[in-house]
Amino acid sequence: MPETVLFYVFAAVAIGASLLVIGQRNPMYSIMLLIASFGALSALYIQLDAPFVAMAQIIVYAGAIMVLFLFVVMLLNAPQEDAAQWDRTHPLRRPGVARFGAMLAALLIVQLVWALVRVSDVGVAVGARGDVAELSSVRSVGRVLFTDYVFAFEATSILILVAMVGAVLLAAREEQR
Amino acid sequence: MIPLGHYLVVSAVLFAIGTAGVFLRRNLITILLSIEIMLNAVNLSFVAFGRAQGTVDGQIITFFVMTVAAAEAAVGLAIVIALFRHRESLNPDAFTSLKW
Repeated sequence: MPETVLFYVFAAVAIGASLLVIGQRNPMYSIMLLIASFGALSALYIQLDAPFVAMAQIIVYAGAIMVLFLFVVMLLNAPQEDAAQWDRTHPLRRPGVARFGAMLAALLIVQLVWALVRVSDVGVAVGARGDVAELSSVRSVGRVLFTDYVFAFEATSILILVAMVGAVLLAAREEQR
Repeated sequence: MIPLGHYLVVSAVLFAIGTAGVFLRRNLITILLSIEIMLNAVNLSFVAFGRAQGTVDGQIITFFVMTVAAAEAAVGLAIVIALFRHRESLNPDAFTSLKW
């Protein structure tokens, strides 16, 4: 079945690229790999009958947010991680703390597996319910967004205004204030 | 068709990768990227749950998460620029002025 194969391919690309994002020393490569991961995720959104989310993922995430990250990395011109001198003396390196952290990580994995097992319709096919043409149309998304979620939508505009003012204020040089 | 559980497993793995990145990496830019991975993992499970329920609500929550992610990236990167200007470093261990 081609769509099952495509799901596994794109899921593997998303997970593999995200792992490599964590593994890179150079943040430039990390950003490029994260863009690949976002592309694979947007393919998964198309499989979930959400083409508008997939396009927003590419345009907003890969197009805007990642370019912002790239811009900052180029602006700061400090590509390599200067970890060596901190790594040896880092508090997380102490054996007791490291053991506690490993225990917390194991707890997180147990919790995630438990939550996944407890979801009742975990084996149900995703596309079983709902009308595909209705779910994937921008018209129905827009209707719900501007009726049921209109307050959250307006609150989001204030959030963006505050973020814009905050970013300009934080990044401005001290003598310009 | 693919079962809902497979999407949730992908989402959980991506979230775990993002968490590991936040804790293991010592570079502010990479930590912000790991937070983006975690937000995307949550987006994927929102859309998958919404599709499984047959509603568009999951997609709409995803838009709000994307907006918050954009605001977070803008403010976070502005803070990174301001910190780099003071300390000439992106290592979070270099910023200890507020540590007791």
